[in-house]
Amino acid sequence: MLSLFLLLPFLGIIVLNLPLNGRKDAAAFLYTLSLSIGQAIVVLFNPGGFWQRPDFWGGFFNLGLYADNLTFVMLLSIGIVVSTAACVGWQTISDHRHRLNFYNLILIALIGMNGTVMLTDIFSLYVFLEVTAISSFILIAFQRDLNALEGAFKYIVLSALATVLMLTSIAALLLFSGGTSFAAISAAVKSNSNNIFIISALGLFICGLFIKGGLVPFHGWLPAAYSAAPAAVSILLAGIVTKVAGIYVLIRLVTSVFVFGPIVQINSVLMLVGTFSIIIGALAALKQDNFKKILAYSSISQVGYIVLGLGCGSPLGIAGAVFHLFNHSIFKSLLFVNSAAVEKQTGSTDITKMGGLGARMPYSNATNLIAIFSTSGIPPMAGFWSKLVIIMALWQMGHFAYAAIAILVSVITLAYLLTIQRKVFFGILPHELKHIKEAGIWIVIPAVTLAIIIIGTGLCFPLLFNSFIMPVSSFFK
Amino acid sequence: MVINIIILIALVTAALWTAMTTRLLRSAVGLAITSAILSILIFRLASPIAAVFELSVCAGLIFAIFIISITVTQRVSPEAFETRKKERMTKFWPLPIIVIIVAVVLTQIHFQTTFNLPAQTAPNDVKIILWNLRHLDLLGQIVILLTGAFGVVILFKEWKNG
Repeated sequence: MLSLFLLLPFLGIIVLNLPLNGRKDAAAFLYTLSLSIGQAIVVLFNPGGFWQRPDFWGGFFNLGLYADNLTFVMLLSIGIVVSTAACVGWQTISDHRHRLNFYNLILIALIGMNGTVMLTDIFSLYVFLEVTAISSFILIAFQRDLNALEGAFKYIVLSALATVLMLTSIAALLLFSGGTSFAAISAAVKSNSNNIFIISALGLFICGLFIKGGLVPFHGWLPAAYSAAPAAVSILLAGIVTKVAGIYVLIRLVTSVFVFGPIVQINSVLMLVGTFSIIIGALAALKQDNFKKILAYSSISQVGYIVLGLGCGSPLGIAGAVFHLFNHSIFKSLLFVNSAAVEKQTGSTDITKMGGLGARMPYSNATNLIAIFSTSGIPPMAGFWSKLVIIMALWQMGHFAYAAIAILVSVITLAYLLTIQRKVFFGILPHELKHIKEAGIWIVIPAVTLAIIIIGTGLCFPLLFNSFIMPVSSFFK
Repeated sequence: MVINIIILIALVTAALWTAMTTRLLRSAVGLAITSAILSILIFRLASPIAAVFELSVCAGLIFAIFIISITVTQRVSPEAFETRKKERMTKFWPLPIIVIIVAVVLTQIHFQTTFNLPAQTAPNDVKIILWNLRHLDLLGQIVILLTGAFGVVILFKEWKNG
């Protein structure tokens, strides 16, 4: 039944673009929203192992997809973030035709991301990564102003570079494996673990993924793309697109295809890149005055934590990395929802021109504080637990210096995020912003829902640890 | 062998046209044609999966990306176009000569690979490969072409209207 995750959005795009009369943008919004919420709910509850059943229609649509615990975590995150972006898009895009185009592109991105997390073939993976990348590129350029085009251009140039690296790697791996399935490549890597050609191919592929994930030193495109994109697109990009295209694929390939054990250098490289991303992302965020740019640099830093946990190479580290990936999707989406609310109401993302909005926008104020606490790792928020698991894994493996850096940068994270809170929501309300109120119901509902997920996950952590978080690392061989 | 050489000449001609044409859109189309001819050549050299990948990546995906990118560019003035056309011809006239020289040199060298490569087990039929083995890629490529169409509508058509 997994093919439904691809076929339902595809079917939706076809139906929504038939030459019919009526409010197609409203239909597109309702379809995207119900599909993404439905995806999150059925993945979470998986009634009677529904998704593991073979497709009853068989034949051509039996696409040979695969799902394990990691896949389900990703599908859940995708469902939550896409539904959030759909709501914010409805509130922030006013033109009916633009709305319809926006939901069409969101559905295409949904196909790309769902496909990426369910594939077991490296070439198909590349095809679906491109589906996600091309739809993201058009979504960033959607507003067609100079900044949006610049952000989209930077994204497409670096994404193309990543594509070249990944395709070269696939071609080299195909020479040795004779096929492109994960199993064939894994066997080829195992039997040629000291071959310099194979090691170079793996290196190229991982560099491509670092670019897609926006990790230091390949992060140049990310702040421009996140800050130039329309509000709803920023949520999609920061919340899930880069996590799926870069980080999920990295976790999947490094742990079960590029086989960790024999090629120990991957381990050290991941930890080093993760640590640099944590530090440089946080330090760069400290210097920014633009709400969205601070969040963009914060994303680089938080993704560094995920890669650091992955670099541990232990089941606890990988469980922590996946848990932080899920948490990051939620709290970063919430922060971008609040930036969308502020941008819509004030017409600016420059935090130096704001102040005292908390009294006028109480929901945005409260939910932003919850997201900040979760990002900075303040108990009992969900982000605290995932960072704790990563730090415990580092400590367990004897990487004390990396653990110390992870803890120290959390303090810097709290500093730059509290600067946003202080300058935007606290203090005195400027006279020209006296008329400000909440941005609208379709921004408040996702903000409150995401805040509830953050608190709920945090409070239920003792229950989730053995039943949900540790089993996620079961794919680790 | 004769057919392969004819295909090779067509490939070089298409590649030269891609590099030397003065319009971006023609150049992108030229690249897609070059890729399609290259796929035929690879297929004839008994590597059907590599041929399908070449067709998918260059003639499909990259062509879509180029078309979307070209839609966000702006047309230059006729005077600037004429100047650039002349500059381009000055820069690229030696290219066909270089290609012929390289081709002659390559025919005189006998390459030897030392890789111990696995035997090709895939069926030698593009239809079977596309329809039975790689149908997920086919779905992905259909979606990419769809995205390309949306890209052109959103970034080009509506922009012009606006």
